[in-house]
Amino acid sequence: MKQKSLLGICFGGLLLVLVFSVNSAASGHAADKVKVGFIATLSGPGASLGTDILDGFKLGLRHCGDKLGGIPVELVTGDDQMRPEVGVQVASRMVERERVDFVTGIVFSNVMMAVARPILDQGLFLISANAGPSLLAGDQCHPNLFTISWQNDQTHEAMGKYLQDQGIKRVYLMAPDYQAGKDGLTGFKRYFEGEVVAEVYTRVNQPDYAAELAQLRAAKPDAVFVFYPGGMGINFVKQYAQAGLKDEIPLYTTAFTLDQSVLAAMGDAALGLVNASFWSPDLDNPVNQRFVADFRETYNRLPSLFAAQGYDAALLMDSAVRSAKGQIGDEDKLREGFRKADFQSVRGDFRFNNNHFPIQNFYIRQVIRNDEGILTNKILGVAFTDHMDAYHQQCPMKW
Amino acid sequence: MDPVLLLTQVLNGLQFGVMLFLMAAGLTLIFGVMNLINLAHGSLYMMGAYLAATLQQKTGSFIAAIFLAIPLTVLLGMLVETLALRRLYNRDHLDQVLATYGLILFFNELVRMVWGPQAYFMALPQFLSHHIQIFSGLTYPVYRLVIIGVGLGVGAGLYGLIHHTRLGMLIRAGASNREMVNALGVNIRLLYTLVFGLGAALAGLAGMLAGPLMSVEVGMGEPILILAFVVIVIGGIGSIQGAFFAAVLVGVADTFGRVLLPPGLASMGIYILMAGVLCWRPEGLFPAQRT
Repeated sequence: MKQKSLLGICFGGLLLVLVFSVNSAASGHAADKVKVGFIATLSGPGASLGTDILDGFKLGLRHCGDKLGGIPVELVTGDDQMRPEVGVQVASRMVERERVDFVTGIVFSNVMMAVARPILDQGLFLISANAGPSLLAGDQCHPNLFTISWQNDQTHEAMGKYLQDQGIKRVYLMAPDYQAGKDGLTGFKRYFEGEVVAEVYTRVNQPDYAAELAQLRAAKPDAVFVFYPGGMGINFVKQYAQAGLKDEIPLYTTAFTLDQSVLAAMGDAALGLVNASFWSPDLDNPVNQRFVADFRETYNRLPSLFAAQGYDAALLMDSAVRSAKGQIGDEDKLREGFRKADFQSVRGDFRFNNNHFPIQNFYIRQVIRNDEGILTNKILGVAFTDHMDAYHQQCPMKW
Repeated sequence: MDPVLLLTQVLNGLQFGVMLFLMAAGLTLIFGVMNLINLAHGSLYMMGAYLAATLQQKTGSFIAAIFLAIPLTVLLGMLVETLALRRLYNRDHLDQVLATYGLILFFNELVRMVWGPQAYFMALPQFLSHHIQIFSGLTYPVYRLVIIGVGLGVGAGLYGLIHHTRLGMLIRAGASNREMVNALGVNIRLLYTLVFGLGAALAGLAGMLAGPLMSVEVGMGEPILILAFVVIVIGGIGSIQGAFFAAVLVGVADTFGRVLLPPGLASMGIYILMAGVLCWRPEGLFPAQRT
């Protein structure tokens, strides 16, 4: 431990010297270099999300010619290990030693709540590429915080709306017993008006769901909606199919359970399942087609929605620096650039709401096996057009 | 709760219980005989699942994968014991916890480097993927019944091994008085390596059986490991018999806790159970006899 921190200090000192010799971003002049700090969960069980966002972000930078708004870019990465206190350490390293100009990444909402203040209080811009907690969309919204992904509740709202439109009467809800799980089901219920037969919260990282599935079968609902991200989702979907429930009671969920990075691990258990998302690999616009093709060529796998968010984060930064004419020392000009969001996103046109969260469409997708035999998602229809999150009116920002 | 649902949940509890038993049996042997707290037991579970999943994709057969992966996990366990853990027997428990925690990190990174950060797929074999009707109204997945069968079989086998073989006698002797066994000229080093190999095989087998039901991913062993520790404390450290009854007790109690109690209370359920058992019998239900 001691050795590690000593090494860290030496390394930090070295970087400090480097930073002082190259970074001369003064207001009024176009900078000759822009430095981006990328903080995400890159180790442990949540690592596949962070890795996907980072890969998407890197591809975005490459498509911008490894420049942001024409200025050469330098990328520094840090691992928050899915722990808020580690996130704060990494953030302060980025801000104080690395002297980054922007911070992006941030997979988990609890990490976001911890790192947002230390970064924003320094006058830096923070671009969330995933986490969108309700507090930061509502009365704690911030002029220098932009969320490229979504507000946490929105994807669940889309599925609530879809099941409502489908005329489903009785639905059974399940989620892990933590904040994001509760937010997810709250979002669902905001648009679903039928009967909620039961709302079951399971232990976080619970490996086996046999007991809950037996209760579910006995309750005989018309449909089931769940929020189980990552490994929990793999466990749940596999066991749901193996219990023979898939043909008996339709299972609905969101892209967080059926994103590209977990489909291979689920196999046929995932086939045919319907889920909601702001993005899909088959979204028909030129930016998305180029993104999907190049991502596949570069990393030898199909991108997930997380990779798409990382990609858009890079394009957004590029557009903001360009619009500020490279004056990254000028906070007001940069903010204006971010607000304009003058770029073509993987979802087509892109715009921010007053609280700096996207106004965007949400789609209903289905898991299919494509021509090459790979499991992936295909769009079935649109749940929301130009959807705004439920908290934007509580945000005092106007522009 | 109607009787069919009740019986289904009993089966679910039993199935969960025997899974826990496979994990706890190795853990309690290693703790009881070698006096070693092995946090890396969950990593052996994970390695078992990854090895079996890989072999299943290579050979196309679930059975072949299991039979090939078991010797591999035994070898892996013995390797870990010889290279790393052997140096820790005379150190105190805190050092062991620290070192075996280090092994968890090592194995997690190893898996990430070899298999990548994304979860791995392990298919349920076709011939085990259907359901059978036990009686009218109650159908149950065959694979889960197979897990129950394998767990009971392993339990019986271990009982025979411990009580009716020379190796078993040495294991029992090692659990009750380590120094005396050593003084009598038994090659305690070899015994320890064998016990560790056996423990690794059991953990690996649990991982292989879990593979088709659960996500084969980095860190999959840790949630199970915590429950396995609860099981060996309830059962009495070093006792296979204790591990078996405690595992079934915890499996059934956890299953019913999850369906009957509110979520906050349910996650505390088995710990309350453990506290209750410890108040009643501080050495656990079936303590190994120490002299």
